[in-house]
Amino acid sequence: MSKNSVRMRDTADASASPQWDIAFRGLTAGYGEHVVLRDIDATLPGGRISVILGGSGCGKSTLLRHIIGLSRPLAGSVRIGGQDMFALPPAQARRIRRRMGVLFQDGALLGALSLAQNVALPLTEHVRLPKAVIRDAALRVLRLVGLEDFADYYPNQLSGGMRKRAGLARAIIAEPRILLCDEPTSGLDPITAARMDALLLSLHERFPDMSIVVVSHDLDSLRAIADHVLVLREGKAVFSGPLAELEACDDPYLRRFLRREADAGDVAAQDSESDPRVRRAIAAWLDA
Amino acid sequence: MNIFSLPARLGERCLRGVDALGGMTLFFLEGVRHIFTTRRIFIRTLQQLYAIGYQSLFVIALIGIFCGMVLGLQGYYTLVQFGSVGMLGSAVSLSLIRELGPVLTAIMLAGRAGSSMAAEIGVMRISDQIDALDVMDINSMAYLVSPRLVAALISFPLLTAIFDTIGIIGGYLTGVAMLGINEGAYFYRIAHAVTLDDVTGGFLKAVVFGLLVTTVCCHQGYTTHQRRDSVGPEAVGNATTSAVVISCVLILVADYVLTSFLL
Repeated sequence: MSKNSVRMRDTADASASPQWDIAFRGLTAGYGEHVVLRDIDATLPGGRISVILGGSGCGKSTLLRHIIGLSRPLAGSVRIGGQDMFALPPAQARRIRRRMGVLFQDGALLGALSLAQNVALPLTEHVRLPKAVIRDAALRVLRLVGLEDFADYYPNQLSGGMRKRAGLARAIIAEPRILLCDEPTSGLDPITAARMDALLLSLHERFPDMSIVVVSHDLDSLRAIADHVLVLREGKAVFSGPLAELEACDDPYLRRFLRREADAGDVAAQDSESDPRVRRAIAAWLDA
Repeated sequence: MNIFSLPARLGERCLRGVDALGGMTLFFLEGVRHIFTTRRIFIRTLQQLYAIGYQSLFVIALIGIFCGMVLGLQGYYTLVQFGSVGMLGSAVSLSLIRELGPVLTAIMLAGRAGSSMAAEIGVMRISDQIDALDVMDINSMAYLVSPRLVAALISFPLLTAIFDTIGIIGGYLTGVAMLGINEGAYFYRIAHAVTLDDVTGGFLKAVVFGLLVTTVCCHQGYTTHQRRDSVGPEAVGNATTSAVVISCVLILVADYVLTSFLL
């Protein structure tokens, strides 16, 4: 971001290093009695792009919610910059979380606000600056994601990809140390998805100290952006390491995942005969 | 079915009801607390005053005029049997100011503004917008609920006053303009019968109903994701329905309690 941009006061120096690692230690998480993540031990290195990978329902978004602090773990800890987020006094944890920017799946833009107002929201709410300065800062970030011309549009007037980019603009306006993106390319066409990947890479180049965590199951995106990968399977961490190591790994599940091969059991399920009565009824309806 | 299952289910429902009531009370207190701790409450309250107050003006005026006209009509044909049509002004004004004004205004606002609050906050909840606010360190209660509470506190009594005034004009239209009661007698009876206690009692009810409707509707929207009966858009629909139904029931219960204290 340019030197003129608005900078929030840094009161949250959890560690001396400008790059914050995210470490999970024995993390078990879930909703009520339903356990989604079991005993996760992994570290996402600071200043890198880490991708949390896994099939649908394996607990990727749950893990993200625990990093953000929207959910509390059933056991274990989440350490950010060496600080156990759930053991810290609430005010201190809040100060650390202020240094995180989050891109939610569909952008989660407020429908009643224009794009510029949405992007400027963290500044409007937390700093005392003239309106023009805040709008300028919002426009500058919107320019970064290629949406400057849409500043006065409302979220419902934009495509899914544009909403995600606007969500990204809002996530980075306060120059976070950690940027978390929940499925930034899901539901996007290949070109828009590639543009989103390029945007994340350019952000990484511009803010080398920023730790970027992307939750995804998009393999193209993984290969385009990941430095580090954490793979989840049925709530457990089955791999954590650099992308090259993942590509070279000979674990059968990971091989199948990376080659997009279906499980033999799933294929067999497709061969099962459907009920003849249902088929006859459908045929009658189609011929009617 | 097990012989013990019926009382067990009844007990479970009662506990759930008490739990919901406690949750709603804490939700209300949290909303009130943030009125005094939030920056920019004034501008957001103005926006909500527009949504709750100004945008409900037409429907309140419409209901008010017809309510007054019906009261005038019914009152005339009842009073004429006792030869006391001159009392019509008192009958219309007291019915409106003490009871019908606050109750009907609150029920109309629960249907119009309350349902909109529940649906808007519910959609925000299921589309991660409330989580996004919390992640940006913007207290979602302070952002969404406190301004609505203040706006309700202002707009419910004002709309009730407008309802009462237009209702009295409605009673005038049927009683005086259509059925020929003396105009002076109509207004003299109003001035003679209505006391300051009636007016303040009506306003007190309006304030209580306003806080009730806003708390219930915001709470239903805010907890849409915790519903047991449905998820997603269906949960928003159910939350909106529950918000209006619970609000209307609570308005009538609170009206009885308040009236018994005020009389």
